[in-house]
Amino acid sequence: MSKALALLRGHTILALVLLLAVFVLGIEIARPGTVTPLWVSNALLFAAPLAILGAGQTLVMLTGGIDLSVASVATGSAYILATNAASGDGFALALALVLGLAVGIVNGLGVAVLRVQPLVMTLGTGLMVGGAMTVYSQYMLASQPHVPAMIQTLGAGKLIGLIPVDLFLWAAIAALMLFTLHRTGFGRLLYAVGDNREACHLAGIRVWRVLFLDYVLCALLAAIAGLVLVGGTNAADLSLADVYLLPSVACVIIGGTSIFGGRGGYAGTIVGALILTVLTSILTLLDVPEPVKQILYGAIILSLAAAYARLTA
Amino acid sequence: MSAANKMEASSAAHSLSRYLRATGMPLLFLASILATLAIHRDFGAFDVQSLALGALPLAMAATAQAIVVISGGIDLSVGSMIAVANVLSASLMQHASFRQSLGLAVLIILVGAVQGAINGTLIVLSRIPDIVVTLTTGFIWGGVALLILERPGGGAPSDFLEIGAGADLSPVLPNALLLLIVAVGVIWVPIRSSRLGLSLYATGSDPIAAFRSGVDPRLARILAYGLGGVFCGIGGVALTMTTGIGAPLAGAYYTLSSVAAVVIGGVSLNGGRGGVLGPVLAALLLTLLPMDLIFLNIDPNYGQVIQGTLIVLVVMIGGFAAFMQGRS
Amino acid sequence: MQNGRPVSADENLLLRVTGVAKRFGSVIALRAAGLELHAGEIHALMGANGAGKSTLVKVITGEFPADAGELAVAGAVSVFRSPAEARRAGIVSVYQDPALVPDLTIAQNMRLARVPLEAVRDVMRELGIERLDLTRRAREIDYPHLRLIDLSRALASKPRILILDEITAALPADLSERVFAVVRDWRRRGHSVIFISHRMAEVAALADRATILRDGVTVGVTSTRDAEEKIVDMMLGAEVAKAAAEAPPRAAAGIIRGAAPALEVRDLGFGHTLSGVSFRLGVGEILGVAALEGQGQQELFDCIAGVRRAASGEILANGRALELRHPADAIRAGLVLVPANRLHALLPQRSIRENVALSSFATFRAWGPITMRAERKRVENAVERLSIDRRASAEVRRLSGGNQQKVVIARWLASGFRTLLCFDPTRGIDIGTKRQIYALLREIAAQGASVLLFTSELPEIRLACDRAIVLFAGRITAEMPAAEADEAHLLRAAHGLTAAEPAEAPA
Repeated sequence: MSKALALLRGHTILALVLLLAVFVLGIEIARPGTVTPLWVSNALLFAAPLAILGAGQTLVMLTGGIDLSVASVATGSAYILATNAASGDGFALALALVLGLAVGIVNGLGVAVLRVQPLVMTLGTGLMVGGAMTVYSQYMLASQPHVPAMIQTLGAGKLIGLIPVDLFLWAAIAALMLFTLHRTGFGRLLYAVGDNREACHLAGIRVWRVLFLDYVLCALLAAIAGLVLVGGTNAADLSLADVYLLPSVACVIIGGTSIFGGRGGYAGTIVGALILTVLTSILTLLDVPEPVKQILYGAIILSLAAAYARLTA
Repeated sequence: MSAANKMEASSAAHSLSRYLRATGMPLLFLASILATLAIHRDFGAFDVQSLALGALPLAMAATAQAIVVISGGIDLSVGSMIAVANVLSASLMQHASFRQSLGLAVLIILVGAVQGAINGTLIVLSRIPDIVVTLTTGFIWGGVALLILERPGGGAPSDFLEIGAGADLSPVLPNALLLLIVAVGVIWVPIRSSRLGLSLYATGSDPIAAFRSGVDPRLARILAYGLGGVFCGIGGVALTMTTGIGAPLAGAYYTLSSVAAVVIGGVSLNGGRGGVLGPVLAALLLTLLPMDLIFLNIDPNYGQVIQGTLIVLVVMIGGFAAFMQGRS
Repeated sequence: MQNGRPVSADENLLLRVTGVAKRFGSVIALRAAGLELHAGEIHALMGANGAGKSTLVKVITGEFPADAGELAVAGAVSVFRSPAEARRAGIVSVYQDPALVPDLTIAQNMRLARVPLEAVRDVMRELGIERLDLTRRAREIDYPHLRLIDLSRALASKPRILILDEITAALPADLSERVFAVVRDWRRRGHSVIFISHRMAEVAALADRATILRDGVTVGVTSTRDAEEKIVDMMLGAEVAKAAAEAPPRAAAGIIRGAAPALEVRDLGFGHTLSGVSFRLGVGEILGVAALEGQGQQELFDCIAGVRRAASGEILANGRALELRHPADAIRAGLVLVPANRLHALLPQRSIRENVALSSFATFRAWGPITMRAERKRVENAVERLSIDRRASAEVRRLSGGNQQKVVIARWLASGFRTLLCFDPTRGIDIGTKRQIYALLREIAAQGASVLLFTSELPEIRLACDRAIVLFAGRITAEMPAAEADEAHLLRAAHGLTAAEPAEAPA
């Protein structure tokens, strides 16, 4: 038993995968026949946008930061896409990504150059974007927002009725993330800056460049996640991604990335996102009122994070 | 630039940032009052009253957040705790008498204290970072609020609502403002000057040094969150008092705005520094802004944009001062 | 030192600690540490770096619980759950890092610890720091004074047992003397002191007996009148001590004359702390910098390393004037820094490999894919050259202090440099590693690189350097060949006592 525990300590990702398996098994036992290829396909479909948000969050949390503007950026990019689709899909898509880029640059300026605490900075830009979208929506009442077919396919489509299209995007992002974090100088620097910013400075690294690019990438990933989300719902509203703020942070934490920086990785976040998606699916199956679901969801996230903190202490 | 000039520039930047921290908020507040008077010449007792009334819950949220931040934490569940107190009071007081309502108010404030203490205990025991814990408990308390009251409703006896709305002492000193002063003055001011207050500041500044000085930092943190919960409870009851109903989703606004008020109010998020006055003035300012926008016939939705911009500007100016200091 | 023995009835035995064990995760800090302290005794606690001295102090004062072991005060078995409880039992420690809350004023700090202000003032008077303003925040006070205030607070609570953890490490000599006087006075009043120091001379002068720790085990108790060698033997274990006793390689005459100096500083000024500092460092030379605490040496090194910007003057490397705005500029010019606090230069949670390779990612060009094999080779070369213990290579924070210091140096060996700026590289490091570091500096110099070495331990200058300069109040007050740099000579200059000799470097 203690040997098993030690093994889990050494390979925490194993513990996470095990937990995921237990969750899936639990569903199958409680409601036999639930876990079908279609169910798995749907779980992956829903996990993708969360995992993409989590990718950005992983990048900033590795440096000891956090980005609370991801939900607003995701919502904003989705809304901009939908309201500008009439002027051409490519144009709308570009505009949506420009929002991510812009917010990323502002976040980067504040956090990297002016050394503002990430929490405050991204809280501020999040409010700005959220408010700006509300104002913007007042002017857009006339035009009917619609989601381009291409994006609908991305967010909801399935190949041969089984393989979610967004899985391809997610897989590409995941491969890029894993390669960047473990095999590139920039990835090394993210860990290094999160572990000891002062040491990086002394080693001749211009820390602000690392952080700046970091926050820009995070916001861009958030914008992309927004597109996948709106493709899935096919309805751009101003609270589209709000519910994803907590999970975007939670999947990274559960995945074993330290919020203080310097430790963790994207592999954990992937499993974290899957766990949270399956958890939602379990709660839906339970058939309890929405508020109870919300309470249970929060409580389970807390216990998972606490168990994880114990395991790695 | 000569050496001497550089030195001067650096110390000037330094004293500027320090000066801004100490007096920035009162000055900003004064400026916004003047601006309001310029925009809206009839700004009078009625407007002061609606300002105080509107700002009361946020001022309480800001106080709660400030206490937690001073002791080295952050509470992203402030809004949900206010929501819980709000729906709890609105649903319990609906058919209660005035005197019962007063008793219930005390009870609900205690519930707030317990919620806060739960936050603090979870943080201390679980070793999960405070941001994550309170982000999650915020989610949970939000669920609790929805459980108590699924959609906006409830109420309170009219004489209870009158407490907040009236201006019994003087027309320029509305009851709401008085309540604010009393709540902060009776609870926070004595604590601040006591050894308990010192230990809150000490824990925020350097928990190890605090521990070695005889403070129990874990207890101090729990107390700080509990005290924050008390002010959230007051804020929630005040929200019922000012709006007359309970709304389970009304809280969300207060989480972000309380952090905004604390940051604009000059409290260091590193803990150990700052006070409650700045955040309370910032809360008034953040309430005044949308009012001004209405006076100016501007879409009040800009309020949120301005609030976000204000946070970003304030912290960026602080960062910029430090940046200039670092260069020279 | 076994557990469970009935507590001694010895009247004179004030504190008895036996069989203390403590581990942090996978790191074992203490295995079986013990200590017996008599009433009215100054007792030294000694051991190499990482032997567990500070951990033992923290266990005694209740900062964290021990995993095993027993503690008895005046015959009564006690368990302290916090420093406050230990204080109530009359045990107070002055820790290595000051226990004053930075954002509170000194007076508030005293109130927080429930120590009467008047009593603190009395001790401060004895220490000669009574003019310090008690309404200043602790954050605004320099480190040596903070430690003295901490000491004043400790004494003001009238402890039966006072614990001083490396109190003299940061103090200038005059303040150290005053501390010793106060400590002796404390013993005269019948109280006891546990004194931790790396400096053998201090221990011999002050303490009656010494307990020696090695690898978390108490290996012996001895009178400090014993030969220094015996204590060193016990601290290091016989084998290591023998190796350490071997003299470092003698100064190699590797200095290349005629060429432009590797580093030249002209008329350097920085705020009020440095003015008119000029010197040259030849290629292949080791130049020692000696100074008391806070004479501008930190600023000097920081300016040369690009950490701070000099207000005036010039810095030249190999005859080329430099514009240093960022450490990266200095590194490009071949000037690399080993800072005073090695933790400032390390990534504690990352591997040895990532730590050593860190500086290679400074340019944009290096942000792309890493050539893993080339990196491994480069890192391994440096690690082997320094014989770094690789058993705990996954996280640098698990290494001993000496090995951590070697990792910092290995980074520069791997990346290449022309001049190594070493700021007190041997502070708090055991003798064995110290010798290794001297030998390495010699080797580096012999291969044509240069070293600027500040050390707080004056005897090291003669041991490791070719030449020395002495800083006092931000100016160079003396310059001498290493052969003449004995302690007496250096100390006089470091106190500004030499007649104003021309502070010029040899042409």
